[in-house]
Amino acid sequence: MTQLRAWLTADTPVSRNHARAIQAYLSWRALASNPLTMIGLLIVVALVVFATLAPMLAPQSPVAQDLTQRFIAPGTQYLFGTDEFGRDILSRILYGARVTLYIVVLVAVTAAPVGLLVGTVSGYFGGWVDAALMRITDIFLAFPRLILALAFVSALGPGIENAVLAIALTAWPPYARIARAETLTIRTSDFIAAARLQGASGFRIVVGHVVPLCSSSLIVRVTLDMAGVILTAAGLGFLGLGAQPPLAEWGAMVSSGRRYLLDYWWVATIPGLAIFVVSLGFNLLGDGLRDVLDPKSS
Amino acid sequence: MSQPLLSVEGLEVRFHTPKGIVEAVRGIGFEVGREKLGIVGESGSGKTMTGRSVLRLIRPPGEVRAKRMVFDGNDLEAIDEVAMREIRGRRIAMVMQDPKFSLNPVMKVGDQIAEAYLVHRKVGAEQARKRTLDMLAAVKIRDPARVYDLYPHEVSGGMGQRVMMAMMLIPEPDLLIADEPTSALDVTVSMQVLAILDDLVTQRGMGLMFISHDLNLVASFCDRVIIMYAGRIVETCKASELKQAKHPYTQGLLASLPRIDRPVGELSVLSRDPAWRDGPVVVDGKMVG
Amino acid sequence: MTDSTVTSATGSSRFPSRYVWAGLKLVGSVALTFFGLLLVTFLIGRVVPVDPVLAAIGDRASHDTYEQVRREMGLDLPLWQQFASYVLQVLKGELGKSVLTANTVVDDIKRVFPATMELATTATLFGVAFGVPMGVVAAVNQGRWPDQIVRLLGLFGYSMPVFWLGLMGLLLFYGILDIAAAPGRVDFANLDVVETWSGLILLDSALQGEWEVFFDALHHLILPAAVLGYLSLAYISRMTRSFMLEQLRQEYVTTARVKGLSEARVIWRHALGNVMVPLITVIALSYANLLEGSVLTETVFAWPGLGQYLTASLLAADMNAVLGATIVVGAIFIGINLLSDLLYRLVDPRAK
Repeated sequence: MTQLRAWLTADTPVSRNHARAIQAYLSWRALASNPLTMIGLLIVVALVVFATLAPMLAPQSPVAQDLTQRFIAPGTQYLFGTDEFGRDILSRILYGARVTLYIVVLVAVTAAPVGLLVGTVSGYFGGWVDAALMRITDIFLAFPRLILALAFVSALGPGIENAVLAIALTAWPPYARIARAETLTIRTSDFIAAARLQGASGFRIVVGHVVPLCSSSLIVRVTLDMAGVILTAAGLGFLGLGAQPPLAEWGAMVSSGRRYLLDYWWVATIPGLAIFVVSLGFNLLGDGLRDVLDPKSS
Repeated sequence: MSQPLLSVEGLEVRFHTPKGIVEAVRGIGFEVGREKLGIVGESGSGKTMTGRSVLRLIRPPGEVRAKRMVFDGNDLEAIDEVAMREIRGRRIAMVMQDPKFSLNPVMKVGDQIAEAYLVHRKVGAEQARKRTLDMLAAVKIRDPARVYDLYPHEVSGGMGQRVMMAMMLIPEPDLLIADEPTSALDVTVSMQVLAILDDLVTQRGMGLMFISHDLNLVASFCDRVIIMYAGRIVETCKASELKQAKHPYTQGLLASLPRIDRPVGELSVLSRDPAWRDGPVVVDGKMVG
Repeated sequence: MTDSTVTSATGSSRFPSRYVWAGLKLVGSVALTFFGLLLVTFLIGRVVPVDPVLAAIGDRASHDTYEQVRREMGLDLPLWQQFASYVLQVLKGELGKSVLTANTVVDDIKRVFPATMELATTATLFGVAFGVPMGVVAAVNQGRWPDQIVRLLGLFGYSMPVFWLGLMGLLLFYGILDIAAAPGRVDFANLDVVETWSGLILLDSALQGEWEVFFDALHHLILPAAVLGYLSLAYISRMTRSFMLEQLRQEYVTTARVKGLSEARVIWRHALGNVMVPLITVIALSYANLLEGSVLTETVFAWPGLGQYLTASLLAADMNAVLGATIVVGAIFIGINLLSDLLYRLVDPRAK
């Protein structure tokens, strides 16, 4: 153990992998030294675990109705109580985690690469390519994101996939901005000039050298953005434009519980709490990651 | 030397950093009267920290300790913050290195100068304005009324530094600390600024602590010189006797300067001996400790 | 001609033209962004599965009528011509008719917008009044408990779904404590008591001397404005803190201390004076974001504003109303950005 630690904190790495291991270990130690970041990480890990294991963890079916069991307050029988159809809220929260995770992952894997590509191409090639791409980015940045997403969804029809598409369409511009700024500083460095002298094509330089270097600041931004994505998705669900019933979606659950708010507080309160906690988790994790990976912007 | 204005003994400045304690100043003592005292050293020698600790400007994680730090009967370590504010600006002022950074970018320079006067004098805005215009004229600014309404980014470096001097001298302090006041300026401009500074300090009979890395400048401008190395004073002497300095570090500094009257093929590179960190020091030509 | 006259001549001719150039650039970029907004809303309108012709004439009309109406609506023209006429229409201030209310969308928006503006403005005032001082206090006490509290409050605000926060506010302050007013803009008895002049009910009731309505409206406004204002506070306090930390490291702050100024004056006059410059953009952005946030809060508080109008239109698939509201909010967004840009130039002496 102590030997491993010595190896991981060595001042002079003996190989490339050793250097990477040291770097990773030091970053981890910096992350782990902040308790709030660890809480964030815990929340995000819990989201993933609950979402994957929902069928095993859920005490009941998320959709099975039992009108004899309506509006039972949280207690020993039902940890989070039951809703207006007698469904177990705990089970619905667990299955709802799947919907949330699904949306988050899908937005991250669609919006981030698009933004990265637009930004790096724009920054690397410059000139009119840059001017045109940045104009488009600016136009999208100047839009009200939620309202545009609403308009998209209302045109495409409600549903998770359309919600994801709408959010992704409005989420990429900030990534493009960040990637472009990073690219502009990397572009003029000597190792890029060296790669170019060796005959590497523009495409190869962008994909092989520029993109990997932009990634860390982008990861930070995407993590922080996931909180916003969760809130937007929940907002769409709340307005009835996201996941459709009987699918358990936290925003929609708040919306349906709203009618009974003053009599049966838990029906709307608990799903909202779930949204808040998960969103807070991404924010805490993102904040910590930023301090470690991208200290200049904090 | 008559009654000293400021006398310091055993001054220490240290910084608590995640990687341990950094000692910027390690137990120095000196006195300043109504004279021009030069403090010379390389960057990191502790000269700036010495100036700032006199005004109690060192903030956490920095920490200042001294056996004795007395300004005109006031124990600078013991008095409270309110009393300290009466000293700052009013009794001791400081001109900083670069007017580009040391002037507030969103305030008119005239208002900044007037503010320095208004804090310490119970006068109306009209009179403060008049004093400010006089002061601008005193630092040889040709069109004070126009300059009053300029913002810092609209004035040149030399003019900015004159504004800074006007701002620091307007409450008529007894001691002025000048921390590298000319190193951000062009050579010709810096000579003009120094001449104005010299005039005003001499006229008003103030004390001056002139902090610089420029040995020649200090030798020609000041009455006495303190040489700092690694947070300590290694040599103290009259400016006129600097050429006969005894400490090997001072001699090394002098030897690394180009001289027009004695051209050499290759300037010697300053070598630093770790033993100087705690070795004997020179006071007025005599080895001590 | 001597040298000096040459320089003064070019100097005087360059100055106005530089301003004109900067102004043209600004106008151009605003126009381009607005054009982009119209293009996006136009394309959204094209992909709608609802057939606009059928929506207008119903599905019992004959084929000939269908074709005729289709031509009348210009739907047989090439796409770019349709877009061109769409742009012209919008520029003329025509956004079509709402199926839901049977009014023109422009009239509808004129009616509902003041309610949203009243809410968003109050919320922003709340956010600025509390967020700026909190950010300053946090920065001055960096790493100590006031900083931790402000950071945590900010993070919570960033993470909270605003519609849920609204519901929780209603539950606590209306349901349990019974100190807040019920949802809605005024009590039922006070509806339509004051004439609509500006549409801002606080202003109108005050001008007409209807103080009962005024205080009733204020009572109704406090909770939704506080909920939205909390979002604004989270954002503004966080940005203020980070700007302030940057400014406190600057050398002019030391200068201010050397002058013998009190710490309060150093912080609130000198450092904050410099923070106000970038903060203008932040406040403008936060105001724009509140217009969005109002979409979700208005539903919760039964607030008869743009958000509720938009939501109702969305659920009824009333595309004219949806796109019209989107254009209006988008245009306001662009307008606010422009305004913050101009204000920035006004406040920062370096930008002139």
